[in-house]
Amino acid sequence: MDSRITKGIKNWIIYLGILSASSLLLDAKQIGSGEEFNWLTQAERFFEMKDPSVRRVALGALLMGISCGLIGSFVVTRRLSLFGDTLSHAVLPGVAIGFIWAGEKDNFSLMIGAGLAGFAGVCCISLLRKFTKIHQDSSLGIVLSAFYAIGICLLTRIQKIGYSNQSGLDSFIFGQVSALSSDDLIGLLIALGFIGIFIVLNFRQLLATGFDPQFSKSIGIPNDFLQFGLWVLIAFCVISSLQLVGVILVSAMLVIPAATASLFSKRMKEYLLLSSLLGAGAGLGGTFLSFLGKNLPAGPIIVLVSSSIFFLILFLRPEKGVLFRWLNARSVQSRIAIENMLKTAFQIVEQNGFEDNEISSLEIMKRRGLSRAEVEKEIENLAHSGLATKNLSSNPAANLPPQTVLTLTPKGWEYACRIVRNHRLWELYLTDEAHYEPDHVHDDAEKIEHVLGEETVRQIERLLKNPKTDPHGKLIPSITDIHQGSLSRST
Amino acid sequence: MKPQGLPIEVHDLTVSYQKKPVLYGVDLEIAEGSLVGILGPNGAGKSTLIKTIMNMIKPNGGYVKIFGDAPQKGIKRIGYIPQKESVDWDFPVTVSDVVLMGRYGHHGWLSRIGQEDRNKASECLEQVNMLAYADRPIGNLSGGQQQRVFLARALAQESEVYLMDEPFAGVDAVTEKTMISILREMQKSGKTLMVVHHDLASAKEYFDQLLLLNMRKVAYGSVPEVFTHELLQKTYGGKLAVLSEMATKVAKAS
Repeated sequence: MDSRITKGIKNWIIYLGILSASSLLLDAKQIGSGEEFNWLTQAERFFEMKDPSVRRVALGALLMGISCGLIGSFVVTRRLSLFGDTLSHAVLPGVAIGFIWAGEKDNFSLMIGAGLAGFAGVCCISLLRKFTKIHQDSSLGIVLSAFYAIGICLLTRIQKIGYSNQSGLDSFIFGQVSALSSDDLIGLLIALGFIGIFIVLNFRQLLATGFDPQFSKSIGIPNDFLQFGLWVLIAFCVISSLQLVGVILVSAMLVIPAATASLFSKRMKEYLLLSSLLGAGAGLGGTFLSFLGKNLPAGPIIVLVSSSIFFLILFLRPEKGVLFRWLNARSVQSRIAIENMLKTAFQIVEQNGFEDNEISSLEIMKRRGLSRAEVEKEIENLAHSGLATKNLSSNPAANLPPQTVLTLTPKGWEYACRIVRNHRLWELYLTDEAHYEPDHVHDDAEKIEHVLGEETVRQIERLLKNPKTDPHGKLIPSITDIHQGSLSRST
Repeated sequence: MKPQGLPIEVHDLTVSYQKKPVLYGVDLEIAEGSLVGILGPNGAGKSTLIKTIMNMIKPNGGYVKIFGDAPQKGIKRIGYIPQKESVDWDFPVTVSDVVLMGRYGHHGWLSRIGQEDRNKASECLEQVNMLAYADRPIGNLSGGQQQRVFLARALAQESEVYLMDEPFAGVDAVTEKTMISILREMQKSGKTLMVVHHDLASAKEYFDQLLLLNMRKVAYGSVPEVFTHELLQKTYGGKLAVLSEMATKVAKAS
């Protein structure tokens, strides 16, 4: 437990470091534009935290980020995203009714109203599920839009009537940080407290019901109670965050940090820690950027920061990331191109009875059906990898411009033999063991030759008893040939 | 010491989903140390029977007794493997987390999982040959490996009675052999096991007793008694069975 907190704080400090470093970078880019002074002082003002309103907003965003990240982990793993969305929209009429009841923007009555409306929304969903065959996503959609519509009607009504102190009420739709009061902060703190206590006390039970509800029921874990507890906490989290991000975007904060954490978390504890850190990071980062940008609204910026982090991680993460896969595919493609060139070179030398080691680019162009430029580029690649050397044609008799001539290095020759061997062994394997017709095997071998591992090759050799020729009667270069380079390199 | 009742006793059990009966007047008495296969077509009420015994579904009539007691009291003495489909395989848990869940029933609400439990979990993983995978996310495993982990979790429960719902579904032949030998060992150490199974041919070899179920208990007894053409026809035949019964009658009459 202790180590988790210290780890959290450590991560937090690292985050702050990165944040300040990035802000410095931002400033550096602004040099010369005449605005850098302004930006720098803004950033300084933010980090000094002397301004009470900045302090309040930053603290609020931080608390909200942690709460949403924690409870969001359960929202995402239990596929309750749409539920969170519905709940956040369903509280809006409650906010309006709370206002009408109190006659002013009194936080307490607004919260009560929101809570009751949220409860009514959940009841509607349960009733729809119980008495109709409508699927849950549809019933969530119905409740969401109906409640939201009621809320908008009521809010418009209030504005038309013209209450004395109605300012800031529409901030519940989009959020408005400037109206954030210290009461709101207390609300956020209480929500976080309840969420934390609930998770710590029921961690094991939540794990079991989330993974395997039937089993957890069988060992006497009260699934329904836990589910209800989560609903109440989601409602708490939504209501307390309304002032910051508003009813529409709060569900994004429930989903995005947790979804980001799901990209790499193997275990629930990691998941919770990462998700709450990402939520907190987005909260603070968003506050910082909106402060820096003067007129930018904090709520949407927080959500934007959160989703940017998500896409960045999706793109950059190792192994599964888009960038990594793209690079990997490129390296495989370039390897295949090199191997195909080597194979062509081998075939040309073979055709000449292993007498002449020089391979002209013209010959390669003919065999591969490639343009001069393409062949030149591939020859360049071979030379660059140390598999071949490049010369100009030594035949002055022709009137043509000098030709590029290729000679394989010992390393290149060995590689070429290996590829040809893979190809021909595979053809033989297909005809002899899998009983393919000899004219069916070439295309298959063209693909397989690049992916046959050393071990599979040995296995096929044993199966076919170290064959000498392929189904088309051509020589299969043997291992000893390859190692001694005795096919032709003896010259 | 009062004599202990049968591990599982089911009396005139009727269960319905939305007024449609799934099980109807089922009686069953399972003796200690039995290895019972439950056979029946889809929708025959096999899973429902197991869930009702586990007290997860309330019956409309009749009762279940676990060691002579109400099922609520006996629940701690039963281990359970649910159907694969009811599990969220993408959930962020590792193999060892899952096996540790088998120990949850031994702890109160707030007591911590200790080193002893972890040792037990490793031991059970070893038994199903999955210790090397302890730190893998459960979603990364193949279907057969996942079922082995579930068997390890059941072992970690250290129950006296086990109810398993299709533990061999989607399992490769090697895993199936390993699992059945573990079930045999469990039986030898005095455990009582009821296993829902879908393959008739192997059911004959795997189990000592068979329960043929199709809404009603068609038959319960030792394999040679129950595994007869007539009884299987009755269980699986459905409407065709009635038809052929009538057809034979007509044939005899003419």
